[in-house]
Amino acid sequence: MAIDSLAAPATSSGGTPRRRRSGVRGSENLAGWLFVAPVVVILGLFLLLPILMAFWVSLTGWNGQGSPFRSGVPFVGADNYTRLFTVDGLARQDFMISLRNNIYYVLFVVPAQTALALFLALVVNNRMLRGKSFFRTAFYFPSVTSSVAISIVFLFMFSSTGAVNRLLAMVGLDGPQWFADSRGVLHLLLGLVGVDSPPTALADGGPGGLSWWDWLAGPSVAMLSIISLVVWTTSGTFMLMFLAALQGVPVALDEASALDGANRWQRFRHVTLPMIRPTMFLVLTLGLIGSWQVFDQVYVMSQGNPAKTTLTPAYLSYRTAFQDFDYGRGAAISFVLFLIIILLTLVQRRLLAERDASRPGWLRRRPPGRS
Amino acid sequence: MAVVTDPPRVPTRPAPTRRRREPRGLVTTFVGYAVLVFFALVFLYPFVIQIGNALKTEPDAAANPLSPVPDPLDLTSFQRLFDGTSFPLWMGNSLLVTVLVTLGRVFLDSLAGYALARLRFRGRTGMFAAILAVMAVPGVVLLIPKFLVLNQIGIYDSYAGLIVPLLADAAGVFIMKQFFESIPASMEEAARVDGAGVFRTFWSVVLPMARPALITLTILSFQGSWNEFPHTLVAVQDPSLFTLPRGLADLVTGSLGSGTQYPLKLGAALLATIPVALIFVVFQRYFVRGANEGADKG
Repeated sequence: MAIDSLAAPATSSGGTPRRRRSGVRGSENLAGWLFVAPVVVILGLFLLLPILMAFWVSLTGWNGQGSPFRSGVPFVGADNYTRLFTVDGLARQDFMISLRNNIYYVLFVVPAQTALALFLALVVNNRMLRGKSFFRTAFYFPSVTSSVAISIVFLFMFSSTGAVNRLLAMVGLDGPQWFADSRGVLHLLLGLVGVDSPPTALADGGPGGLSWWDWLAGPSVAMLSIISLVVWTTSGTFMLMFLAALQGVPVALDEASALDGANRWQRFRHVTLPMIRPTMFLVLTLGLIGSWQVFDQVYVMSQGNPAKTTLTPAYLSYRTAFQDFDYGRGAAISFVLFLIIILLTLVQRRLLAERDASRPGWLRRRPPGRS
Repeated sequence: MAVVTDPPRVPTRPAPTRRRREPRGLVTTFVGYAVLVFFALVFLYPFVIQIGNALKTEPDAAANPLSPVPDPLDLTSFQRLFDGTSFPLWMGNSLLVTVLVTLGRVFLDSLAGYALARLRFRGRTGMFAAILAVMAVPGVVLLIPKFLVLNQIGIYDSYAGLIVPLLADAAGVFIMKQFFESIPASMEEAARVDGAGVFRTFWSVVLPMARPALITLTILSFQGSWNEFPHTLVAVQDPSLFTLPRGLADLVTGSLGSGTQYPLKLGAALLATIPVALIFVVFQRYFVRGANEGADKG
């Protein structure tokens, strides 16, 4: 996406008068600014300015009354941030719980959606099958629907008398009360081998004022249903990316290795996978970035309940500001989340840049969609 | 890092698979279809359940949640949706917001995309870098910030607050810029030589050539603004300004008489899904293109 070479002389020549052309250049300069002005104003007003305002608010104790820029609003410095990390209290506990929940959410969602997306792409890409476009459409459709509407459907499916528990009953399993069940799945697994209470070594002392036992709870049963909803909705999009990449793998290469006697797994592992590695990186990092932003589903399905086990930083920041009217701390949580996501984005861009620079010429394919 | 780390492993044994190829192909095909059909059910059956249960009575939905067939067929949920809730109002608001936001985005994003692709103006490089940076800002961290601005400039809890902040989006600018760079400049140059102004050239020469990109952008904007939820959460609180997603969320999280009322909620969610579903079926390939463009924006 490099800007074409015309840009360089234009930017330097704006001031120097140039015979006849300068009039055209001048009008182009003006027109250029006029053309981008509306977008710049809107993005500046509703994106850039708000971020600066929110940073100010995160240093205050504003409670939502009047303007946050009045003189009477208490300035608290970094207090809102230290309350999240170092000062022992409910604020820190909630924040640490939300971090824990989101970490488990990421650990489950990212591998699951990536594996499912790749698997579906491989099957759909199979040369011997017909009706691909129907299946591709079917798998992708959930991705385009409203997150709120689809959350309602899953709320119904995961209700205690819902479709999921009926399916489980068919194979003889007793489904849980999904959205009322705050037990962590790792705790449940440990319970199966007889460990019901924390061993003394784990009973306390974990980072952030949360005991090691609590850190190691795993996602709750309620969180699992949100995880399954998200994997179900996002896999289709990532499948499309994998499909675009798979279509760039030369058929001849696959056939040649098949003739050489490589079996299906060997061909996938040593031919296909290396060829689509860039897309793999892309899907993994986009998944990482996206899964720190989970909000709509939490808002509609669980609101952080039961027992705060579906609380995520995004939802916690919203709740802290708009329900507890502690706008300062809410904004501080937003900024910490912002930092996490920006770091992941930078890592992703670095990886992509490295990849583009280091690929041997004969392998340099167009990544999906880049034109 | 090298892309091909391991060369294809050299086979140690000769290829005896050749002889068995036919039956194996059949088995593969069968397994392939079985997998496809299984996952098609996984991805589509929830919608079947949604449609079926929206047409059931509440006891029927609770007793037979898996069955797609309502017994008896019951349309009272839809009736109650239109008579007993603000559903028609939400729908109207959604329609208004979606139409205005889509028009705004298509027009403003193309203008900016064209300028960034073609016009030589000072600060263009910096501007494009800024737009790329803006695309990386995650929406959920903007909830409180957006509320602050809307509150400060006095358009909180109004149609303006609901619509204006969504009128331009960086990803759309990016898509349009990429497209304009891919079409040849000769037509525009001819128009310019004939004395047409910049806007005139853009409007009557360039835009007509940009149809595919405009359709993609229209569809993405429509889908995005129709489904938009978090923004409405911090832009309005007056129930008469709710859009469909906000109204639906309210329906689910608020108290709504007795019982779970699942048929009603599913019906509401269904009606909110239909417009995007229709557009998806008709314009599928544009969605696919949009998804892959989006992949690149990171």
